[in-house]
Formats: sequence, structure tokens, C-alpha cells
Amino acid sequence: MLGLLVAIAGIFLLKRFVYGLGAVSNLSAGYPWGLWVTWDLIIGSSLGCGGFAMAMLIYVFNQGHYHPLMRPALLSSLFGYVLAGSAAIIDMGRWWQFYNLLLPWHWNFSSVMLETGLCVSAYTMLLFVETSPMVLERFGLEKWRKRVASVMWLIIAIGILLPFMHQSSLGSILLVSGHKLSPLYYTPFLPLLFVSSVLAMGYALVVFEATVVTKSFRLASEHHMLARLSHLIGWILAGWLLLRWGDLLWRGALGDALAPTALAASFWFENALALFAAIAFLSPAARRDEVWTFLAAVALLLFAIVYRFNAYLVAYTPAIDGYEYFPSVQEILVTLGMIALEILLYVVCIKLFPVLHAPVRQVAHA
Amino acid sequence: MNIEAGQQTSFDVVLDASADQPVGLLGGLTRRQMMKFCAGVAATMGLSQAAGVRMALAAENPKRPPVIWLHGQECTGCTESLLRSYHPTLESLILDVISLDYHDTLCVGAGKQALDYKHKIMEEYRGKYILVTEGGTPMAADGIYCKVGGRTQVELVREAAAGAAAVIAIGSCASWGGVQSAFPNPTGAVGTAEVIPGTTVINVPGCPPNPYNFLSTVLHILTFGEPPALDELNRPKFAYGRLIHENCERRPHFDAGRFALEFGDAGHRQGYCLYKIGCKGPETHANCPAIGFGDVGEGNWPVGIGAPCFGCTEKGVGFTKPIHALANLVSQTPPSLYPSVDGARGHGASPGAAALVGGVVGVALGAGAMFVKDMAQERDQAAAQKKPAREV
Repeated sequence: MLGLLVAIAGIFLLKRFVYGLGAVSNLSAGYPWGLWVTWDLIIGSSLGCGGFAMAMLIYVFNQGHYHPLMRPALLSSLFGYVLAGSAAIIDMGRWWQFYNLLLPWHWNFSSVMLETGLCVSAYTMLLFVETSPMVLERFGLEKWRKRVASVMWLIIAIGILLPFMHQSSLGSILLVSGHKLSPLYYTPFLPLLFVSSVLAMGYALVVFEATVVTKSFRLASEHHMLARLSHLIGWILAGWLLLRWGDLLWRGALGDALAPTALAASFWFENALALFAAIAFLSPAARRDEVWTFLAAVALLLFAIVYRFNAYLVAYTPAIDGYEYFPSVQEILVTLGMIALEILLYVVCIKLFPVLHAPVRQVAHA
Repeated sequence: MNIEAGQQTSFDVVLDASADQPVGLLGGLTRRQMMKFCAGVAATMGLSQAAGVRMALAAENPKRPPVIWLHGQECTGCTESLLRSYHPTLESLILDVISLDYHDTLCVGAGKQALDYKHKIMEEYRGKYILVTEGGTPMAADGIYCKVGGRTQVELVREAAAGAAAVIAIGSCASWGGVQSAFPNPTGAVGTAEVIPGTTVINVPGCPPNPYNFLSTVLHILTFGEPPALDELNRPKFAYGRLIHENCERRPHFDAGRFALEFGDAGHRQGYCLYKIGCKGPETHANCPAIGFGDVGEGNWPVGIGAPCFGCTEKGVGFTKPIHALANLVSQTPPSLYPSVDGARGHGASPGAAALVGGVVGVALGAGAMFVKDMAQERDQAAAQKKPAREV
């Protein structure tokens, strides 16, 4: 089934590269960014922040007991970012010019896009290095594993820095759009809102993944770890909501939320999800319960996804009126195929490499 | 690059080694700075760089021409505008370039002392001084509606104009009567040209006019001894030769049929053309879009900040037409078939795409529900198993 979706996406991608963007997507001069940028790139890379969020928790705040969650999170980060990077190229009108990003004499230092592009590329490279021990262990390349391990502290440190930079830049990009963005979403705090929501999203993804994987593969439950993590997520999310609503009230932008528009509906849906997740994560009873924790994590992920969809597409009005956009069937199928590919590779990797439980012993020895 | 280099060479011909020393006569500017300023002014008027050099030399001339500045029916906005010129500043203009010997607002002396000095200058420099009039002149009831020192404005203007080398009318009021000449014009206000028929009056209209249009005109007179090329209304062509509409930054919106329809609507917020809310740009001649106001860069002029042009430089438009009346389209007419303003572009949701999204959401919801249901069942089973064990 997943393979079929990947194959369909492959066909449309081929069509996209032979006949151009217009043949496959509904992108237009008014909406140069559509589903591919919003889902595959923005949300894809945000979903890929599990690794970053966990690395920060484990290494910066020295919470070693979370370590078993690290490798699965890193792996999903790697796929999230590879997907984001390839989506950028797929979505680029003149993708063959992409190499110019790597030529420093072509750099425009006042561009948020440059910062994002470079930072995402660098972080994807880092993720390959960070995940390499799994592959090296699998093939018993002990000498190489040690070499990588000796510089891992530096890699991890940069790996925590970079997402802070580009995930906030993904919000800064929207600052450039000015009046095109609804006042409900346009705020000087966009970068902070993006980077802090991505942190909560990263942890929620870890909860989601750990639950799904342990259930699907019938492994021992990791709920004791997830419950503690949930508390942290709850506070991050509560802080986020406070900042978001404080800013909305302070700017007096809430009027738009009461207008009978699709945006307002989407705004309330987004905030209802966030509120549900925050309450569930902060209530001790719900935290003790595996099912509620899982539901809260799903709600948080949905919230963060809807927030990004709203900010990048629903709340966005092109400078020239009259444009509308909804992804085409082919566009959606490409995205579905990419997701399918990601899940497929994740499952294959879990089976091939020591992702899930091996690290516990490794760390104990280290 | 080349222009800079060319400028440099033409400067070096006249500038000596002391060119970068501040000169008191130029208000602390160096000769090179003054040279650059004049080259800029020359470029504004479409003259060559050589003319810029000549202007700089004329401005440095110790025998600065006296200027007599009269105020009639006006708000002193033109003087205020001039006070806000920064290259050169007003003080370097009136102390170094011209000799502003009489100006109601700016002169130090007052009353009889000031008027006596004015008469002294008018006698001494008869046929040499420049007369600037700011404000309209009331003609009704023998001009009794505006008097200075017991004499009517009509008399004062005629007296001063008799001995002037050139007469410049600054602002819309002096050019054709301005705001007080609006219907029903109870004071019979007219422009300076109508007070002294037969004399050429250079009109620099505007409310207020851009100070650099005035400065450029003055420097042209100082340098070449004659006014710049004038249009049929005696306005300098370098500044009033073109319609605002021709150089307006919002012009593409006009051509594309994108108009603000009321203040604060979506089009107004997005910088659309202001024609339909009464912008008089299509029938008003001025260089506002090209040089802007206040020395703060481009876009700083009425239309640039979203206020429709009201036609202050055009007799019969400014202060005459209702502010929100449609302008006459002097040169360009809008295309008869506009592209649709609110027609849909791009693609909305197709039934297939909607069905696909619905399907994906449905599958995700279904799978999620099943997963959660299984989880809940397992939890309940585990709890059921634990409970009896604990009781036993």
C-alpha cells in the first residue's frame, strides 16, 4: 500500500520535472507556496524536530533517563529534514539553480531564505552524522563508530543550535509578507512562536512515535518516561498559549477571530486543539493514563500542523486580490507519496538498524 | 561610475587644492560639497554638469543678489516648506547664496525699521533684486483686505515689482490666488501675475511647493541671468512639465484597473490607484512623485502615503474642484476593458482534491480511532487483571 503511494508520487514527480510545476500543482503567481512548502517543508521539518527537542532535553538539561527515546527521534528527524530538503527542490521553479546556494559569493546576507536554506542543509548533514552510529553498529564498523563518537559532542551541540536558528527563521519568513498575512497571525513574535511551538511539537512527536512503535511492535511500554515528558510539554504549551493570546490581546487583533470566515474557524480549531493538549498534559490524572497522553500528543501535533497551515496558507492573502488556491489531486498525491516513503523507510530502518532498544545497553556501558 | 568620474574631472578643472576646506561664505560647506549640490540641482533641471559648476561659482559670488520676499493672503506654508530644505539648508541659502534682505517672517527687524530697510534695498538695487511673493493679493474693495504698514498688498506688490529684476510667485496663492480665490472669493484674491500685468512672473505653485523647485529656479536665475524654460502658465518646465500621473508609482495599478474604492478598503491598504477616490494626478502637472518631500527618500508625497492628490499646482483643480471628484483624464484614459478586479485566479478545490483530502482525513481518523480503542481495551484488560491480583 505504502509502496503504491510512493510509486504514484514518483510518476507525478517525473511529470513535474518534465513539464514543470504548472502541470502538476495548482501553484500560481498569487500563491507561489502551496501544499508542498507548507506540509513537506515547513511542517515536515517541524515534525523532524523530535531529535532536536530530545537532544536538548538529554544533553543540555542532562536528563539521561530519556536516552532510549533519542534514536527513534533522531531517525524521524532525519527523514523529516530529508523530506523538507527534497520538497524545497521539488517546489523550486528553477531548481537547477539550487547549487548557487552553496556558492558564498552569491549570498545575500539580508535574506531570511538564505539563512533557512543554509541552516536546513547543514542540519540535514549533521543528522546524517548523528544517525550514523546506528548504521556503523549494524555493520560492526567499530573503528569508524569510535571516530564518530569522539566528535559527537560537537555535532550534538551544533545540532541543537541550528534548529533554533532555522525554525525561528521559518517564522521570520512570514514577517516579510507584511499586510498579506492576517493580523491574527502577523506579529513580531512569529519567530518565537514558531521555534517554541516546534519544541513542544518535537516532544509530542516523541510521545506519539514511542506509543505507536511500542504498540505496533508489541514492545514494553515506555509510558513512565512519556508521562514525565508530558509534564514538560504541558508547560511549554501553556507558555506558548499565554504568549500567543497575550500578543493577540495586546495588539487588539482578536476582532478577526470573531468574523465569520474560514480563517476564524480554523483559528478556533487550532486553539481548541492546543488548549485540549495543554490541559491534558498538565492534568496529573490524564498524564498517568496512556490513552489520554497519546490523545493529547495527537492534539498537539494537529494543533501545530493547523497553526502552520493557517499561518502559511489560510491567513495569507496575496497582494493582488482574487487568487485562490487549493492543492490539486496530483499535488496531494505527491505529498502522500512522500509521507508514505518516510514511513516506509522508518519501518525498514527500525528493522535493519539498532534504533529501538539497543541504545539502552550502549548508554549503560558508556 | 562613469558619471561620478566625469563629475570629478569637471570639478577638478575649477577646484584647487583648497577645495575640501570649509568656506565661511558657503555656511561651512566645502567648495567641493557646494559643487556637488549644484551639480545635483543642475541634474534636477536637466542641465549639464558644466551648468552645475557655473551655478556653484555663482553661489560663491560675494555679490549675492538681494531678495525681497512679500507675504500676502497665505499661511506661510511656503516659507515653512523652505525652512525644511536641507541641501543646502535655509541658512546657507539666505546667508550665502542669496541675500534675503526682507522677509516678513524671517527678518530680524520689525515695523518701520524693517520697512525702511526694504525701501533702502529697493532703491540701492533697483533693477537687480529678485522679488518673491508668497500669498494671494485681494483686489476687492480697493484691496483693503490685506494691508502691511497701512498700505494694501496691491500697492506693495506693484511698488516692489517695478524695480525687480525677476518676480517669482511661490505657492498656489501667489500663482493664481490659491485657497482664498475659491468660490465665492469674497476678497477678490488673485495671483501676483494679475496684479502686475505685462511683467513675467515665474510661478512655482504648490501647497506648499517643493522647496527644491524654488531653489532650483533661484539658482537658475542667478547663474544664467534668466528664468528656466517656462510653460504656458509660467511654471518652470523642469518641475511642472509632466503630469503627476505620468510618473506616479501607483500608475501600474491604474493601468491594470486596480483602484481603492474607499479609504481603508482592501485596495487602499494594498496601495492601489487612488483615481476613484478623487486623486487629481491625471490632470495636475508637478514633479512630486519624482522628488518627494521632506528629504526622507522616495514615496514621501501625498499619493505615496495613500492621500489622493488634490491638484494644488493646477489652477482650476486645487481649491476649486471638490476633493473627491473624479479627475479629468488629460492624457491617458483607462483601458475600456479592465481585467477583473475580483475575478478568481488560480485554482480552488476540485471535487477530486476535496474527495482525496476527505478520504485521507477519514482514513487517518478511522485508523487513529481504532488505535486508541485498542489501547483503551488493553489498558482496561490490564487494569482488570491487576485488580483481582491485588485483592487476593
